[in-house]
Amino acid sequence: MRVALNGPIVDARAVHKHFGALHVLKGVDLRVAERELVFVIGPSGSGKSTLLRCLNRLEEPSSGSVVVDGIDMLDPSTDINHARQRIGMVFQSFNLYPHMTALGNVTLALRLVAGKSRGEAEALGRAALERVGLADRAGHTPGQLSGGQQQRVAIARAIALEPRVMLFDEPTSALDPELVGSVLEVMRALRESGMTMIVVSHEMGFARNAADRVVFMDEGAIVEEGPPAAIFERPAHERTRAFIGQIQRH
Amino acid sequence: MSTWDRFAETFLNATVMHRYLPDILSGVVVTIELALLVVVTGISAGLALALLRSAGIRPLNWLIIGVVDLFRSLPPLVVIVLIYFGLPAAGLGPSGFVSTWLSLAFVLMAFSEEIFWAGITSVDRGQWEAARSTGLSFGQTLLNVVLPQAFRLAIPPLTNRTIAITKGTALGTVVAVTEILGQASSAMSNSYNPSPLMMGAAAYLVLFLPVVVAARFIETRFAWKR
Repeated sequence: MRVALNGPIVDARAVHKHFGALHVLKGVDLRVAERELVFVIGPSGSGKSTLLRCLNRLEEPSSGSVVVDGIDMLDPSTDINHARQRIGMVFQSFNLYPHMTALGNVTLALRLVAGKSRGEAEALGRAALERVGLADRAGHTPGQLSGGQQQRVAIARAIALEPRVMLFDEPTSALDPELVGSVLEVMRALRESGMTMIVVSHEMGFARNAADRVVFMDEGAIVEEGPPAAIFERPAHERTRAFIGQIQRH
Repeated sequence: MSTWDRFAETFLNATVMHRYLPDILSGVVVTIELALLVVVTGISAGLALALLRSAGIRPLNWLIIGVVDLFRSLPPLVVIVLIYFGLPAAGLGPSGFVSTWLSLAFVLMAFSEEIFWAGITSVDRGQWEAARSTGLSFGQTLLNVVLPQAFRLAIPPLTNRTIAITKGTALGTVVAVTEILGQASSAMSNSYNPSPLMMGAAAYLVLFLPVVVAARFIETRFAWKR
């Protein structure tokens, strides 16, 4: 069901999520405009990852509404598999398929979900690997790639489907420091190509110079949000100040 | 007559062996038929149950677990005897061959279901999430992403179990199946000489040693670098 054609590309309202007795999201509202890069920061356990996972319904929100690219994600009549094609996701632990090559990882959904022929899928897959700078690694299996390369293959796997929105769930947290740069480089290029991105991450430097907006979450709610300069230099709330102070001390 | 001569006369008697070779060979054919049937039906049924179980339908899963635990607990010989002597009371009279096949297939089904299930559940949740996030359905994810990884984990225990249960075809001799052991023991009683038993043992070796070697090959084939 298409709800709205204009307005935000991601429109989440009053999203609640309970895990048993645990109230993880307490009525979160998040609207993201097309081509916007929103950075979500906050202490661990603040619900940032859960929020991200509610947007493509990897987690079922307990209540609230989530509309992505005009599609009501929580409507039972929505073809969720079709809808998810428009929402790319990159995970902290890469989650590449270990039994397939890099190209195999990228082409699987192109063939099975987007319905491309093997030839078409391989051409699109190679193009996607090219975009993340790994055209020469198409035949390698994940075990033969570094962490940074694996994460770039995971990004290629997502962007090959031409999503409208990309979700990044701590994409660099599992990487050795010297490999972080290559992944951020790819993310920066993706942003320059006009991709709408929601990023959960602790890479404050990247947030500072690439994000349009920074959202600070704590205890399952959005405490404050604004342009990176405002959030980092002049946070309005004590909790934001404390969190940013802690991050910058390291 | 030296000790060795007496030994050879008793256990490796050429006349007896020559005479009963055709019987043993026909036993080999029966064993191969039985073994192939058990392996193909037992493993397919086990895989089917594991796939059904992954759909997560509670009452169905209880049923699967019940059946699987039953056949994992019963000694295969007991199952054979129950089917062979029990089913005629229900109006069905399966032959010894069919009884043995069904019994071993059920037992292999039960063990292979558990092995496949363990393989499926040990695949990282992140694999499911990555695949589902690209729009793959539950079934597509299971078949293309999870099962290939589950197989890799399942193959060593599965080959071991399969070999152990397939050797159980020898139990068919209890319900008059004319497989290798059955042929060898009747030849032994007819000739008053245990040489046919030695031939039977040799036949099992010739039959199963290649299977064991093949299993080792499959195990290395299915391993991949992480």
